[in-house]
Amino acid sequence: MNEVKHRKLKISVLRYNPQDPESVPHMQTYELEEADGMTLFIALNEIREKLDPSLQFDYVCRAGICGSCAMLVNGRPALTCRQLTKDLGDEFTLAPLPVFELIGDLSVNTGKWMRGMSERLETWVHAKEQEIDLRRIEEPMDPELAEKLYEVDRCIECGCCVAGCGTARMREDFVGAVGLNKIARFKIDPRDTRSDDDFYELVGDDDGVFGCMSLLGCHDVCPKQLPLQTQIAYVRRKMVAMAFS
Amino acid sequence: MRVIYTDVLVIGAGLAGQRVAIAAKRRGHDTIILSLVPPKRSHSAAAMGGMQASLANVIKGQGDNEDIHFGDTVRGSDWGADQDVVRMFVNTSPKAVRELAAWGVPWSRVRKGDRQVIINGEKVTITERDEAHGLLAQRDFGGTKKWRTCYVSDGTGHSMLFVVSDHVIAEGIPVHERTEALALIHDGSRCHGAVVRNLITGELVAYIAKATTIATGGAGRVYRVTTNAVICEGTGMALALETGAAALGNMEAVQFHPTPIFPAAILLTEGARGDGGLLRDVDGHRFMPDYEPEKKELASRDVVSRRIEEHIRKGKGARSRFGEHVWLDITLLGEHHIKHNLREVYEIAKYFNGVDPVKEWIPIRPGQHYTMGGIRTKPTGESPTLKGLFAAGEAACWDMHGFNRLGGNSVAETVVAGMIVGEFVADFCDRTENDLDVSTGLIREFVAREQAKIDDLLHGKGTEDATRLRSRMQDLMTDKVGIFRTGAELESAVAELEELLKKSRNLGVRSKSTGSNPELVTAYRTQKMLKVALAIAYGALTRTESRGAHFRVDHPRRDDAQWLKRTLATWKDETASLPTLEYEQLDVKKMELPPGWRGYGAKDYIDHPDTSKRQAEVDEIRTKMEGADRFAVQDALMPYEHLLPERLRGRNERIDERLPL
Repeated sequence: MNEVKHRKLKISVLRYNPQDPESVPHMQTYELEEADGMTLFIALNEIREKLDPSLQFDYVCRAGICGSCAMLVNGRPALTCRQLTKDLGDEFTLAPLPVFELIGDLSVNTGKWMRGMSERLETWVHAKEQEIDLRRIEEPMDPELAEKLYEVDRCIECGCCVAGCGTARMREDFVGAVGLNKIARFKIDPRDTRSDDDFYELVGDDDGVFGCMSLLGCHDVCPKQLPLQTQIAYVRRKMVAMAFS
Repeated sequence: MRVIYTDVLVIGAGLAGQRVAIAAKRRGHDTIILSLVPPKRSHSAAAMGGMQASLANVIKGQGDNEDIHFGDTVRGSDWGADQDVVRMFVNTSPKAVRELAAWGVPWSRVRKGDRQVIINGEKVTITERDEAHGLLAQRDFGGTKKWRTCYVSDGTGHSMLFVVSDHVIAEGIPVHERTEALALIHDGSRCHGAVVRNLITGELVAYIAKATTIATGGAGRVYRVTTNAVICEGTGMALALETGAAALGNMEAVQFHPTPIFPAAILLTEGARGDGGLLRDVDGHRFMPDYEPEKKELASRDVVSRRIEEHIRKGKGARSRFGEHVWLDITLLGEHHIKHNLREVYEIAKYFNGVDPVKEWIPIRPGQHYTMGGIRTKPTGESPTLKGLFAAGEAACWDMHGFNRLGGNSVAETVVAGMIVGEFVADFCDRTENDLDVSTGLIREFVAREQAKIDDLLHGKGTEDATRLRSRMQDLMTDKVGIFRTGAELESAVAELEELLKKSRNLGVRSKSTGSNPELVTAYRTQKMLKVALAIAYGALTRTESRGAHFRVDHPRRDDAQWLKRTLATWKDETASLPTLEYEQLDVKKMELPPGWRGYGAKDYIDHPDTSKRQAEVDEIRTKMEGADRFAVQDALMPYEHLLPERLRGRNERIDERLPL
């Protein structure tokens, strides 16, 4: 096998530690030799192990399913664990997602934001009965509907849509595509007893569906290719109808 | 010193921990969950293929019930499991899956009429019953006699985790994210909570609780090649081990999954083979039928992983610059099935290897996947030796998996154990004798001890580098404590791990931040991981037989006469370099299913002296009760229902087994 010559990567990272009063935001560039099949997960860990043990970032599954590792790669929100370096240039930048509270360097508190959103929108099935008889056969559901539900249930709350959203930059309490997608998901779920009235209470304002300016950055950057455009349009149609009823 | 008081403290916010919390909260107990990461990022999300529950809705699952699920699980465990616990599990699993259906999990459903499936490489048409239309669907998985695995496409764990996490929010249970338990607070016989570090600010806080539950998942990251998430470091198990009072059970029982993608070791679901995928070698030859004519690709995981490695050792692996591997071929399933039912497989192959599995084969090689062992508990989930400490899920060893876990039984275990253990945690807190009674001096002592350890890492004279020790440990575990084990290799692994452990008492860190400090975290976790690695390696060295996933080349037979027992590891002396091993005998005379051949893998084993007698008793009861209903027969063989919490008892309804209205 031929000896493959690897590229030298120049990775510029936005560094800032809000815990440290001495720290000021600045770009720091790390030089690293690329390896076969290298992802940003591998690259950042190598930087931490060999060059800078203080660099903060978040990974959990490193398989593109848990949503921990979204960052701005050359300014665009992306899941970085599955981003191969070979698809990037010799030099590129990494920055933390905007909108979310910064923990340090590339680590942001998406968990806190998402919990707040879930509490506000009550992102769970509001069932008829609290107690069900678990010994009995389950309620049937149309197989197509189950598939449709899963299609939108695939959201991993990575925060890319929020980071890519124009409204979220201007309105602190905007629920984002992640929130509106959940409303659409529970609206089509027959197990949820909430009416359109109830949903209107939750998202029928400028912090909800009417705040969306239809720039649809969310749709473009969603790493799970969720049909966010369709979902937001669906919620808006229903909520407009409510507003006039 | 900050102290937070609660009734129930749950460490870990995966499926098991969150389900325990919901059960306790519903019974009126204040509950706090601690989590390293936001709960929805937990490793439970990575369970793709599904959850075993004997609903018998699909035609290929017809006739399935608890008895068959029980038999499959016990055989899968190579008779290492606690059969009482397996019975509790198989009877609760249908209830768990139905509860989650009501809570909103979008389970894949049965569509009535004809459909084409792939079985044994052939296209076959099967017809689903009208009365099953819209009920939960099941798919085929390894080591099972019926199609029993309920699923949500191949994002089962994800959907379950989101629904359960959102339920925790609905119940108003606080989750303290980005916190890490460093030590349990205890007096040698009673656990009172934990010393917890805030991973953002670095502050140490004492959490004091009547009941503390560890649900921190597995220890895959002590290995180099593992499917596990980077947070699955076994540190929750180490918390228990470091008390000196609680024990870890069967830590040498480590599962290697047959089909992680190569070389990144990211899991590709067993559903890929369950739905008809095949394994091929360097020549494109389908080799599993040569080794396992009965179950082929769908023998249990330990067997398939060994057969793959055996085949590679014969020179039949495909070669790449990263090493050797074999191929997973799902092209025969067709584009629609792959992009709908095996979507994660499709994405992982595409993103990490640039492979289109619709047209191309995917490179795979076995890697560490699951920790059957864990914190030893009673069937209630409570430690028999440290009162008030409970454990559930992969972190626990109540022991339903024995020496090999079946695919689809772990994500099922998380919620089933969560339901069962959660009720027992609530019962425990209900009893007035378990009221909080803890000295503030004890709390102060534990917090001070942990603070001193951290100060020593940050400002002490230590010179060893944790990353180097950790990476050597991971190499040793993968190379010498892997799928094929020998006495000589295990001995050298144990000796070197002991050296690493001693060195880990002299660690230093370069970054001195007292707050968020990844290097500091690596340092204190590495100390804990080395103890867990030693419990695994030393247990494997001492167990001179082969059982389930524990395979000794120098002792290839299962030896029930000597080894039908559970390993218990404790760490009584903080300065020791090895755990203390003791053994707990399994009682053949009480088994519903006495040891025998599994139906796949080696037929060669040494019987326990009680086995033939017990088998004769079982046969006699079965003959005498011929024609009696299956519940009566089961009860005569091994009564277990009294072990379940009252609200989880009762039979499960099926299309062919209706309950009276």
